[in-house]
Amino acid sequence: MKAAVIVFPGSNCDRDLTVAFERAGMDVTMVWHKDTSLPEGLDIVGVPGGFSFGDYLRCGAIAANSPICRSLIAHTERGGYALGVCNGFQILTETGILPGALRRNAGLKYICRTVGLKVENNETAFTNAYEKGQVIDVPIAHHDGNYFVDDAKLAQLQGEGRIAFTYTDNPNGSVADIAGVISKNRRVLGMMPHPERAADDEHGGTDGVAMFRSLVDQLTTA
Amino acid sequence: MKARVYVMLKNGVLDPQGEAVRHALGSLGFDGVEGVRQGKVIELDLAEGSTEATVNEMCEKLLANTVIESYRVELM
Repeated sequence: MKAAVIVFPGSNCDRDLTVAFERAGMDVTMVWHKDTSLPEGLDIVGVPGGFSFGDYLRCGAIAANSPICRSLIAHTERGGYALGVCNGFQILTETGILPGALRRNAGLKYICRTVGLKVENNETAFTNAYEKGQVIDVPIAHHDGNYFVDDAKLAQLQGEGRIAFTYTDNPNGSVADIAGVISKNRRVLGMMPHPERAADDEHGGTDGVAMFRSLVDQLTTA
Repeated sequence: MKARVYVMLKNGVLDPQGEAVRHALGSLGFDGVEGVRQGKVIELDLAEGSTEATVNEMCEKLLANTVIESYRVELM
């Protein structure tokens, strides 16, 4: 199974995501933001966390307009899989691949701690190894994770089962406690919490591992 | 020529920074501040002959996130 992880200036979870993908058995290529094309035959693209372009203008706004993101959009339009974590989620919303936007945390503080996440939809390649309703512990580390969609879009996301994870104790003011959303075709997941930072005993938790295993199981049997 | 772009969070989108400023004004003794909205101003130096339509396109594509923000363009 082939994966790529995009590296922007200011990405800082690119290696962590690469390691998590590799440990699950993926063959990973890291791709620079100025590259104009993704490697051939990719199964999934990882958009990592960090502070791409220093969060200038808006988190993810400059990265979303970088050359590689045109290929990323084309990849998802072809039905390719993608996972965006934290700044990666912000970038996916800025490209329009995922709906909504991430605002400044309601309490205005940068929050770095482990939170409880409830699995709302386990019928995706990302969440298949979890039980529906299961609560997992995954760290967050963000200043702008306050998810917003208007009421009409929220009703649509709820109706289509596109909320992957909610916070058990909303840390940032997100609408409807939303921590992660999936695309209409179930192949793109964006989430503020970091599953790649809950993927090794040394991390203090391994609840993220199932996501990467699930991806490999689903995408190699497909 | 110059253009000035005002980007604000849309009405109905909670502005936690504006709220914090409102509280701070209240604690400084400024009564009667019923709401504060914080936005940004972006100034563009443009080649002569640039059009407002082009600046609007810049706003749509990059300068504002129209999911949560509105913008206003002033040509100067």
